[in-house]
Amino acid sequence: MQISMTVNGNEVTSEIEPRVLLVHYIREVLGLTGTHWGCDTTNCGTCVVLMDGQPVKSCTVLAAMAAGHDIRTVEGLAAGATLDPIQQGFMEEHGLQCGFCTPGMMLTARALLDKNPHPDDIEIRKAISGQICRCTGYATIVRSVQWAAAHPAAAAGAAGEGADEVLDGTDTVVEDVATETQDAEVKA
Amino acid sequence: MQIPASFDYVRASTVDDALELLARHGPESRVIAGGHSLLPMMKLRLARPEWLIDINDLFELDFILLDGDRLRVGALTRHTALLESTEVARLFSIISDAEAVIADPVVRNRGTIGGSLCQADPAEDLSTVCDVLRAVAVVRGPGGERLVDMNDFHRGPYETAVAPDELLCEVRFPVRPRSGSAYEKVERRVGDWAVAAAGAAISLAEDGSVEAAAIGLTALGLDGTVAEAEAVLLGRQPSEELFVEAGRLAAIACDPVADQRGQIDYKRHLADELTRRVLRQACARAAQTQEG
Repeated sequence: MQISMTVNGNEVTSEIEPRVLLVHYIREVLGLTGTHWGCDTTNCGTCVVLMDGQPVKSCTVLAAMAAGHDIRTVEGLAAGATLDPIQQGFMEEHGLQCGFCTPGMMLTARALLDKNPHPDDIEIRKAISGQICRCTGYATIVRSVQWAAAHPAAAAGAAGEGADEVLDGTDTVVEDVATETQDAEVKA
Repeated sequence: MQIPASFDYVRASTVDDALELLARHGPESRVIAGGHSLLPMMKLRLARPEWLIDINDLFELDFILLDGDRLRVGALTRHTALLESTEVARLFSIISDAEAVIADPVVRNRGTIGGSLCQADPAEDLSTVCDVLRAVAVVRGPGGERLVDMNDFHRGPYETAVAPDELLCEVRFPVRPRSGSAYEKVERRVGDWAVAAAGAAISLAEDGSVEAAAIGLTALGLDGTVAEAEAVLLGRQPSEELFVEAGRLAAIACDPVADQRGQIDYKRHLADELTRRVLRQACARAAQTQEG
């Protein structure tokens, strides 16, 4: 069957078997391997992507069911060379060790902050409770999300050392992101 | 790698369209909503439908609506929507209590009340909640719409009164004055099935005595509600002694099996303790509505 959906802002169309799971479609057909494939049983949450802005476990969604929807993967977090504040937060606060759970954690955190820009630690822990970090890094993950909450405009350059490297030569992109972030704040 | 067996996929655009597709493709077709029960079973090849009929576009079944003395909930309402509804929290705390411990937040973004009820897993929380609230299922089929009481809805593990050519469209919860309800579950970790859980709904008479009571148990091998424990509450003033007696009767009435989640003695202990806790909470909440 033929399916079309938006992935990280790009319209994609593919011929697939109905039984193809969204996680495999994203990884193998679209080649976006930032979305990890873990337990296969809806438990670990490393395959989380955003579907119409909501975190979903892509090992338990058919690609066919995602047709017509807006999908955002970890590759869609950064704007050009400018990291999303949540990515910056994971860098600043050492939110990852092996990194396997990180894409799902960051997308769930992004969705949380979009809905609730100033969550407390309990709200963050609840939001990521369907996702497993086996490096036992939850404390640093929570701190990373708090860092992003405290630096919503981090991408504009207030992020400290780490940010300088990723901001090189992308002035226009930086401006766009800063404007978007401000818009989001006004709406919230 | 877990991949479902091959099937054909079609999206329904309306309830009528879904019913027509069910009629056309016969009993080897299955309806898929959130998919968080069906897809895992298909991946394990425990389910091998020939056709999947996707009802996620049936927005007409996604609603929470207070309509006179009943709350109407569309079958496609997601767990997250139920958990976040202030109307639900105000009228039926038991639903909010249960939703907070059903699977995990990401799964709750997809899973639906209709899917949970139709999956009819013996450890499924909303089945108990609907039993306790004496909910009514609205089922549509080729012959039109019919109303099914929860007693008749459940037909055993993974079986319900919904025929292969029918669709569960709505669940109706009667709103009663001076009422309170609660749900509590013991699970080994977030997202796991219940080791055991209990739910209760209480309506108080104007003098504060128990006018109506319902107690349900999850994953404890009980069909329907705990009639013996309910009977002992009726007409009595809520008290700790009464809750203890009801808990004792619930522990006797249930019929748990030993498995990796616990031994029979432990599960009976949970039936007793959780029954006391939800009764205490439900009565306190009912009394609060009386004061308010």
